[in-house]
Amino acid sequence: MKTLATGLFGLALLSATPAFAQQADHSKMDHSKMDRAAPAAKAEPARDARAPAAQTAIEHAQMDHSSMGHDMSGMQGMAMPRADGRPATPVPPPTDADRAAAVPPAGGHAMHGTTRQYYVLFNRLEGFDAGPGSGQAWEAHGWVGGDRSKLWLRSEGERSGGHAESADLEVLYGRAFARWWEVVAGVRHDFKPGAAQDFVAVGVQGLAPYKFEVAATAYLGRSGQAGARLEVEYETRLSDRWILQPLFELEFHGKDDARRGIGSGLGTAEAGARLRYEVTRQFAPYIGIVHERAFGRTSGMRRAAGEEVRDTRLVAGLRFWF
Amino acid sequence: MSSDPFGRDADGLSKPSRRRFVQGLAAGGAIAGLGLWPKPAWALKGPGNANVLSGTEFDLTIGETPMAFTGRVRSAVTVNGSLPAPVLRWREGSTVNLRVSNALPAGSVHGQQTSIHWHGILLPANMDGVPGLSFDGIHRGQTYRYRFDVRQGGTYWYHSHSGFQEQAGLYGALIIDPVEPEPFAYDRDYVVLLSDWTDLDPRRLFSRLKKMPMYDNHALRTVGDFMRDAGRDGLAATLADRRQWGRMRMSPTDLSDVNANTYTYLLNGSTSLGNWTGLFRGGEKLRLRFINGSAMTHFDVRIPGLKMTVVAADGQYVHPVTVDEFRIATAETYDVIVEPSGQDAFTIFAQDMGRTGYVAGTLAVREGLRAPVPPVDPRPLLSMADMGHGGMAAAKAGEMACGANMGMPGMDHGAKPGMGHGAGMQSHPASETGNPLVDMQAMSPVAKLDDPGIGLRDNGRKALSYSMLKSAFDDPDGREPGREIELHLTGHMERFAWSFDGRKFADAEPLRLNYGERLRIVLVNDTMMTHPIHLHGMWSDLEDAQGGFLVRKHTIDMPPGSRRSYRVRADALGDWAYHCHLLYHMEAGMMRTVRVGEGIA
Repeated sequence: MKTLATGLFGLALLSATPAFAQQADHSKMDHSKMDRAAPAAKAEPARDARAPAAQTAIEHAQMDHSSMGHDMSGMQGMAMPRADGRPATPVPPPTDADRAAAVPPAGGHAMHGTTRQYYVLFNRLEGFDAGPGSGQAWEAHGWVGGDRSKLWLRSEGERSGGHAESADLEVLYGRAFARWWEVVAGVRHDFKPGAAQDFVAVGVQGLAPYKFEVAATAYLGRSGQAGARLEVEYETRLSDRWILQPLFELEFHGKDDARRGIGSGLGTAEAGARLRYEVTRQFAPYIGIVHERAFGRTSGMRRAAGEEVRDTRLVAGLRFWF
Repeated sequence: MSSDPFGRDADGLSKPSRRRFVQGLAAGGAIAGLGLWPKPAWALKGPGNANVLSGTEFDLTIGETPMAFTGRVRSAVTVNGSLPAPVLRWREGSTVNLRVSNALPAGSVHGQQTSIHWHGILLPANMDGVPGLSFDGIHRGQTYRYRFDVRQGGTYWYHSHSGFQEQAGLYGALIIDPVEPEPFAYDRDYVVLLSDWTDLDPRRLFSRLKKMPMYDNHALRTVGDFMRDAGRDGLAATLADRRQWGRMRMSPTDLSDVNANTYTYLLNGSTSLGNWTGLFRGGEKLRLRFINGSAMTHFDVRIPGLKMTVVAADGQYVHPVTVDEFRIATAETYDVIVEPSGQDAFTIFAQDMGRTGYVAGTLAVREGLRAPVPPVDPRPLLSMADMGHGGMAAAKAGEMACGANMGMPGMDHGAKPGMGHGAGMQSHPASETGNPLVDMQAMSPVAKLDDPGIGLRDNGRKALSYSMLKSAFDDPDGREPGREIELHLTGHMERFAWSFDGRKFADAEPLRLNYGERLRIVLVNDTMMTHPIHLHGMWSDLEDAQGGFLVRKHTIDMPPGSRRSYRVRADALGDWAYHCHLLYHMEAGMMRTVRVGEGIA
């Protein structure tokens, strides 16, 4: 019914009322008197398909636009396809001036979305009370690059009793390969424990469901020693500024390394919880508790060396980024 | 300077005196910016609209001017020393000449090159002011001559299209007096230009968004929220809700990327303390020309105690519709008529969509009055329906985070594209699949034309929705679109990466249109943010849910989970920018070139 009416209306429009005049009428009409409450029926003569087409058009052309209802739903037919395929307002043929104005500049547009950014996070920079004395530890990472590709730096280390127990630095190329994940590959250099050594590193990192931050990396050393590290971190918001950050870390080793006190298999597991107060988003002091435990052959080596197999520490430190 | 700078004798003033007046304002604008002065000196001279340039010849000088909106002095990018830039008043049918000079100092943090884009204006491509697409930009010490015929009337605005200069202050109102009498009457006329100001170097703000996109969201849900929700909705429902959002790695409190925790909102360049005031006498009708000149902010605007009759949107007449409140997306303009009476003062209240802050000004019978400023509304939560993961029923259910309707029964894969019914499961471009820069896809997006938007539903006030906007004229082209282009708005919240179809500007080819053709653009929002999408050089004729012509606009706002279609008549040769008007989204890549050529598509 509506389609038919629309078609008739369109036909009528073409035959009786030049569309251009239609336009002009509208620009002259007095909208100020338009009344939202006016019955919409007034605007719908075309709906009556029984009315002769020509009469419909005339009615429309002569009808009182000033009292047209605000509800134009009855006028949807105005957007009908025109029989001749020509626009109601003609598209002017382009002039030479238009063509000249349309020549883009030689330089091209600045490439949105290609900026290089950087980020450095000292996730943990802390002191702790070790059994006989005290120590310090850090874990930091950062990147430089774009949305898909980044150069990553990761570093972790620990000092106690005034000398470095462990310290490493990883330099990795990271490439986003899925919504929440990127693959990383590069090298790891251990300054300590023992003599310096290098590994090739391959891993994945990203955001698991429920926003667990996960990093899993496998390492292969020059002389065949292999290892793996898995880190999972979470942020529990107690309030906007008080944030509890549980952390879980596992270390695996491929073979024994007696000089460094490492046994093959699961070496150590660490679980920690740090409560920070974000003075700003970028700067937050924290306190926390960390429990570390050695397993398997590593624990045997520790026992033999007279070291603790389990260790619980209180930590206090700073988390900041820039 | 008459007391009504928008008086009917707009052409009257001689240019030299106008120029001097403008220079006088440079200092005034800066002082007013302090926000601590009870009354900006210049407001006394020309109530409301201090800084108007009219005619056909304009000299605009872009430079740096110290401004202090928060108490700290920062260098803003200004036009003739003024923020906002002077109101330009043109006349339809005239030819305007605008000489725009770059007087930015060497080593400016805002860059060496500048530009002005005339937002919503139909003009030749080389006058559009987008460096690299329309021209080379204006380099330091250079002057670019813009010259074009003014072919339309209404309220528009202009702003820089270079770097982040728009954030730093380069925006101003553009008013074009139409040839034909306007279809409404009013006694006074005020521009109400809303914007967002930050003391940060905008480049640093962009970097901050890349490092920590959630920085400004201080409403991330806490353990306390969990307990409260579990108490109210039950533990199972609360867990289910957290599971949904947790799986998506998203937060229902993410309504905007940058909010009042960073921004100070301005109304005509004044903070709330500065209290911009528009004067009226009882019984008068005021025309308020609202312009959202912000970089990143959707404002929800109302004037408690007054009804507002919207008479134009994006410069084009609409059938008058009376509302209590409207949301104005970045780059949109709405002309409203109000008739203040019964009170000496009314507050113009504009709160951000994320409900973190506001800016207020006053309509009053004399300077120095204030009406009560309402509190900012409670912060809404996005629901799965808001995200495009629910059916119509879920969407209507309001802002309750109810279950996502993942497997829509009886879904219709063959739903006609472009009709916006959203009845079926939405398909997605292949370039989104496995794309690390796309963090979500709307499953069953709908047009949402009759939805005023999150935070405006069922608040006891009548809020404007797109379906209430009906152009006061018929579809000026009238042809059925000959073809259809579907584009998806895509992004990644954690990487702060934004794009169309998962491809950033740098990685995408231009969209090619044939000169003279009529086509339909269908946009699908596959993100959780609201994106105002602006096509340069041509109108965007929004369609209703049945595919009929609804309203002519230059900027189409796209809430999350929406699918909206509009018609474009490719009647302007050249390369045109097409982008999200949230500045940092555009900068991150949510932009395309639209190339209109003869026989290229």
